[in-house]
Amino acid sequence: MAVKLMQGNEAIGWGAIAAGCRFFAGYPITPSTEVAELLSRELPRVGGKFIQMEDELASMAAIIGARIGGLKSMTATSGPGFSLMQENIGYAAIAEIPCVVVNVQRLGPSTGQPTAASQGDVMQARWGTHGDHPIIALAPTSVRQAFDLTVKAFDFSERYRTPVILLTDEIIGHMREPVELPDLKTIQIFEHNVTEKPEHFKAFRNTPDGVPPLAPFGVGYRYHITGLFHDEVGFPTQRLDEIDPWLERVNTKLERNIDEIALVETDYEPGARLALLSYGCSARTARHALKVARAGGRKVDMLSLLTIWPFPEKQVEALGERVERIIVPEMNRGQLAGEVERMVGRKKVVRVTRANGEMVTPQMVLDAMEA
Amino acid sequence: MSPQVADRTEVRLAGEGGQGMILAGIILAEAAAIYDGKNAVQTQSYGPEARGGASKAEVVISSGEIDHPEVLHADVLLALSQEAFKKFAGELKPGGLLVVDEDKVDATDAPSAVRIPVTRLAVETTGKQITANTVALGVLVGLTGVVAREAIEKAVSARAPRGTEEMNRQALEAGFAAAARVKTNR
Repeated sequence: MAVKLMQGNEAIGWGAIAAGCRFFAGYPITPSTEVAELLSRELPRVGGKFIQMEDELASMAAIIGARIGGLKSMTATSGPGFSLMQENIGYAAIAEIPCVVVNVQRLGPSTGQPTAASQGDVMQARWGTHGDHPIIALAPTSVRQAFDLTVKAFDFSERYRTPVILLTDEIIGHMREPVELPDLKTIQIFEHNVTEKPEHFKAFRNTPDGVPPLAPFGVGYRYHITGLFHDEVGFPTQRLDEIDPWLERVNTKLERNIDEIALVETDYEPGARLALLSYGCSARTARHALKVARAGGRKVDMLSLLTIWPFPEKQVEALGERVERIIVPEMNRGQLAGEVERMVGRKKVVRVTRANGEMVTPQMVLDAMEA
Repeated sequence: MSPQVADRTEVRLAGEGGQGMILAGIILAEAAAIYDGKNAVQTQSYGPEARGGASKAEVVISSGEIDHPEVLHADVLLALSQEAFKKFAGELKPGGLLVVDEDKVDATDAPSAVRIPVTRLAVETTGKQITANTVALGVLVGLTGVVAREAIEKAVSARAPRGTEEMNRQALEAGFAAAARVKTNR
């Protein structure tokens, strides 16, 4: 493909198509609508289906159903819709149905401000649905990364049988940058390979990696799907000797593969005593400040988190051992900074927060460096 | 002092929803990034309304990487409405270029503002008010050279809906001519 000026939301749509997504169900909402707009045009051209649903509850239900039927599926929304999707995100988590949920964050809570940016859904992405459950959330910092991480989101959702949240924001979603996408046909992601005969198939059995292969409905494999705790073939159970191993397997399947899942970018300098740690649109601001500070002769490290959940504990802990202070700019009141504090202690962390819809500025980060 | 990375030109295009400011921003960014060998990032902000309300596009142009994507202190501000002028004129970099539509903006308290009847020129040239954003691009590029003239011509032509290429070419030309008159009179 040639170089094009492309919006983050458009890159997400192309990433979905490249990853093999062939089903989108959603309800339009600013600032995510361009994702649906592109897929409503492009999915039918590749034999896929686009459905505008009556609301976000139904959208989430539809993409779960579509994946059970064998199509990779996605929805896109923003805060108010993301809140409505939480119930069925929990269903996808307990039933271990792969699916991708794009949340282009806007200022909240509630209807908030539709066209204003935010990173206020960091904790909701982790704990928005009730009960202990695994979840993956990825946050792009550029238009190209919006494409790449959408592909990754599908790969992770399939590989680990989990819903994956693409946790982007209004800035990245609406921003246009020149990008050259790879040939979409060259993109490959994890595909389930079921080797058992249908009569021996157990959709929820334990496997060495904790992720049993998934067979679609309608091709001869029989299993039950429920939001209740269930046994290896999916029927509800109250037996502790079935619930405990299930809890253990499902809640550790991401931890066991954390080195593959925890995506970060590091830019470290020998001798730095200070670090910037950020993600999403605020990582752009941090990088701007980083360059200004380095031009002024200051040694500064930078850690960008592309994977927000599961939290890249090892990398953040290691950074805490490298430096004395970690500055965390973000467009909320310190949601991610709290996680950083959990790893390195409160005294090392400086919160640079802005939660009014306007971006953190490089000057705010530079001021925090001087303080 | 505000942080500045080297080689960063910040352009802000502001007006009301429906005046085509965001499209103008996209075209300027395409001129820079696709036809002029530069890097560009375009962002926008607008109200919930489909028409009316404040609308603003920002384009940052550089020969290198662009990190913070939004305008920090605009080098260039185009204001096509009084509200846009009031809101953003104060955020212009000292010595920056301020261009206002003289029929829509009372810029009495900004003596250095360049006054051009952008919308009137559009109507006189093409008969269509909606070409005001194309006229504005001609004015801006003519006054600043922020991208090459050929680059903006190609970008406008590539974005013009079929059958409107000539009309948009004329609108762009009218903008360049207005910029040339300003330069001569300075």
